[in-house]
Amino acid sequence: MTSATAALVLRGLVKEYVPGRPVLRGIDLEVAPRGMTAVIGPSGTGKSTLIRCINRLVEPTAGEIVFLGTDLARLSGAALREARRRIGMVFQEFNLVERLSVMENVLCGRLGYVPAWKAWLRKFPAQDIAAAFEMLESVGLGRFANQRADSLSGGQRQRVGIARALMQGPQLLLADEPTSSLDPRTSVEIMELMKGMCTARGIPVVVNMHDVQLARRFADRIVGMSGGAVVYDGGGDGLTDDVLRRIYGGESWLA
Amino acid sequence: MAARAGSPEAVAFPPNWAARAAWVVLAVYVVYAASTMDFTWSRFVTGLDNGARFIGKMFPPDFRRWELLQKGLLESLEIAVLASFLGIVLSLPIGFLAARNLMPSWVTWPARAVIALCRSFHPVIVAILFVKAVGFGALAGLLALTVASIGFIGKLFAEAIEEISLKQVEAVRATGAPFMSLINFGVMPQVFSRFVGFATYQLDSNLRNSTMVGIVGAGGVGGTLFAAFQRFDYDFVCAILIAIIALIMVGEVLAVQVRKIFASDTRAKAEDD
Repeated sequence: MTSATAALVLRGLVKEYVPGRPVLRGIDLEVAPRGMTAVIGPSGTGKSTLIRCINRLVEPTAGEIVFLGTDLARLSGAALREARRRIGMVFQEFNLVERLSVMENVLCGRLGYVPAWKAWLRKFPAQDIAAAFEMLESVGLGRFANQRADSLSGGQRQRVGIARALMQGPQLLLADEPTSSLDPRTSVEIMELMKGMCTARGIPVVVNMHDVQLARRFADRIVGMSGGAVVYDGGGDGLTDDVLRRIYGGESWLA
Repeated sequence: MAARAGSPEAVAFPPNWAARAAWVVLAVYVVYAASTMDFTWSRFVTGLDNGARFIGKMFPPDFRRWELLQKGLLESLEIAVLASFLGIVLSLPIGFLAARNLMPSWVTWPARAVIALCRSFHPVIVAILFVKAVGFGALAGLLALTVASIGFIGKLFAEAIEEISLKQVEAVRATGAPFMSLINFGVMPQVFSRFVGFATYQLDSNLRNSTMVGIVGAGGVGGTLFAAFQRFDYDFVCAILIAIIALIMVGEVLAVQVRKIFASDTRAKAEDD
């Protein structure tokens, strides 16, 4: 795959929170315009940092983040916001605005497109509101539109999180441990929903995960990280015990 | 050094010597302060006697000059409401600018300095300053209480913002929202009900203070009260005090209503259950 056809290209991405102690040690990665890429690795290895560098919620120290031909690392102000609205994001703890209604949370996905004063007065364009109802329907929360976000269960909240991200009409979806706060059954349902909706819309997904089984089941490609560097890049079937040992270290847990 | 379980040196509740010393210092100071103030029992008893005569003169309260009383009360009310409104409107942006989790330090420092300045003097002192600056009357009281409101609401509002969940803000930021939408959707929903609480508390506080700034000539019923005191019209004083109590109670009821309207969770959590 060449850079020209990739949706996202990371080149030499470095992040140091403390100078001299890199969390990411020069990540090179290309993400195809379709399919789900799972990033797995032990806690504290920089998976969340990697994902947050892509939409610049975390400032990278060095490197390039080329998204659809633009280096996001160089953007600032309005240009950065314009790039962010094309990248949806789903969070581990859902990060819904708890005191707003489900509908308002879903419409948060349109904030990058609607002038601030119109959004404040809740004068969203009619097609946005129609799309939001449709989106809620498709994540199975149609009747919850006017309920407060903090009245929902974890699985329901993550559905709203996905709806909010997809309302942006994104060309890339980032998901930071989207199922780590959920029970196993809900985790699978959320992954199915996310995969299904993104496949239908042709949106590539980059997802951080703890759960190797879940990654194997849903991802088209798995990137294994250890110590701030990529140590594995390939399909789920290539994740042998040997590879997992290289990613996570130790072995008693593999039994 | 970790003491081993069961060994003689293991202590479950180690003594806090600093706290004990602080209690002792406090006790010593209380005794000392009381001793310097010529605080004797006999003086207290004479005082009680005097107080009884004073209260006797206050009854029955004299409401014959009710027009004067009404004029003062209405002016107090106007001062309180206008000062609260101005204070709330001004403290909103100042509170935002002072929140250290949203703004860079070169913005928060000046904003915090303004708040600290507004808080450093009691409203009566500020009222005296404004009486000297803009002359006797309600304008001075209005300005004094506005300053007090900015100090109080600005500080608490900034603190409330500093306690919000940044995860919700992060999610709104990730959508590419412009800064004002970030504030309106990521920050305000988290602090609005507390802000309404501060604002109604300040309205209540302004109502009480607006009856007092008149003593220094800054408008309101306080001036009437002070004049009555000086003329030994204790029955009229009593009438004014009763009227003030009534005003404060009405204010209390109003504040509860305002809180109900603005801060209630109209989208109740259990709506759909």
